[in-house]
Amino acid sequence: MLIRRAPEIRPAEITPEPLYLGRRAFLSGLAAAGVALTLGERRALAQGLAREGLARDDDTLTPYDVVTTYNNFYEFGTGKDDPSANAKGFVTRPWKVRIEGEIAKPGDYDFDDLVRPYQQVERVYRHRCVEAWSMVVPWLGFPLKDLVARLQPTSRAKFVEFTTLLDPTRMPGQKSRLFPWPYVEGLRMDEALHPLTLMVTGLYGKPLPPQNGAPLRLVVPWKYGFKGGKSIVRIRFVETQPANTWQVIAPDEYGFYANVNPAVDHPRWSQARERRIGEFYKRPTLPFNGYADQVAGLYRGMDLARNY
Amino acid sequence: MTRLTFTTRVLKPVGFLAAAGPGLSLLWRTFGSGDLGADPVKTLQIVTGLSTIVLLLVTLAITPLRRLTGWNELIRLRRMTGVWAFGYALAHALVYFIFDQSLDPGLIWSDTVEHPRIAVGFLAFLLLIPLAATSTDGMIRRLGRRWGLLHRLVYPAAALGILHFLMVQKLDLRVGAGYVAVFAVLMLLRLWSRGRSGVREAPATPR
Repeated sequence: MLIRRAPEIRPAEITPEPLYLGRRAFLSGLAAAGVALTLGERRALAQGLAREGLARDDDTLTPYDVVTTYNNFYEFGTGKDDPSANAKGFVTRPWKVRIEGEIAKPGDYDFDDLVRPYQQVERVYRHRCVEAWSMVVPWLGFPLKDLVARLQPTSRAKFVEFTTLLDPTRMPGQKSRLFPWPYVEGLRMDEALHPLTLMVTGLYGKPLPPQNGAPLRLVVPWKYGFKGGKSIVRIRFVETQPANTWQVIAPDEYGFYANVNPAVDHPRWSQARERRIGEFYKRPTLPFNGYADQVAGLYRGMDLARNY
Repeated sequence: MTRLTFTTRVLKPVGFLAAAGPGLSLLWRTFGSGDLGADPVKTLQIVTGLSTIVLLLVTLAITPLRRLTGWNELIRLRRMTGVWAFGYALAHALVYFIFDQSLDPGLIWSDTVEHPRIAVGFLAFLLLIPLAATSTDGMIRRLGRRWGLLHRLVYPAAALGILHFLMVQKLDLRVGAGYVAVFAVLMLLRLWSRGRSGVREAPATPR
């Protein structure tokens, strides 16, 4: 096995809240003074959005057209361009999210009621697919931890399980028997409570397009993309580790944790490098997708080669 | 028009253009329209890989088709389809060497020994090299009977190529299963004709 030294992670890629607020004031001042701002900065200001979790200096945003036409969402077909073609006209209102399990406030929540209490923030995250390609996406959403706090889980809630809509009439890919529908994903409670873990309702300052998991999806930037369940209709707080769909299908290839890890290969391909969509040559993959400073502590003492 | 002239003057040029089609389309999409999709390298890999498999299967179909139809002149197409198959395999390998592995021998070696799907594909490619190298009239003459023996390597090469494709698939094996089925039928037709004739036919040499 070839040993490659992982590149050093630059510290503090996530802007802390006070600093961020300061920057907004600073940006507003600049804008008032007529200084040119980047598109993202202008959009963030115009919409009153918080912009946090900026990507590294060498990251550039993947264009909107690419983010919304090249992705995996098997509910709309197995090809990368199937979701954008087959999700046209997918209706996301009304949308109910059932919240149940080990919490004080179970119930069926209307999507709009569920998300209304939270300020939408824009977070620019690297997105690393288990297939060794990656993007940089400005997501729009709110931290899952804020939702969890409101729902008041009991002491028995050790994991959170996310279930995607099951409706083959609206999601034509679900007519295929290849998959044990519906799609299920899960997080350990401390992962769910991590400030980087985002409930996403939009991207590029717009509502989430159906092909990207409208109206509500999960984004966990230090994990492979498949951990982010899309078009979520059920959030369940449970005591035992949920069986996530890809692990059920191929347990030797996909685990529960699925942390981005260049040192642990997929059995069939290397995870040491990735192709950033838009580039020809591969670039090194970073431990925890570059968020090691923020999240490595969650897994202290764990054998990450076994818990892949 | 005789069947011979139809085969060599019509079918062969048409077949040549059809075989060149995927490559010409990739060249145009790379240097002309610039439309290779969101992940251009992946597009190049898929199109060159699938073209290799399809052309190998077409090459393997020529002998059974000759036997079934008595249209012996079809043999005149076999070298062309075989060499085109190698051309796509070479392009496929080059895309992998250059863009996936940055021409780094250490990376290529570790990827090959650690991942069976790469090893299988690599072996299939290596098996095709001596076949392409001995496809000239001179080499055919020089090798004589050994040419036919050597060119039986096309069977393991095609089988490994299809296996390589199956190993790349994440979940949906239906397309791969189609290639397996075609390959199996072509092999069974060979067994059947061999059993029927009782004697082993000398492998036909192309002209």
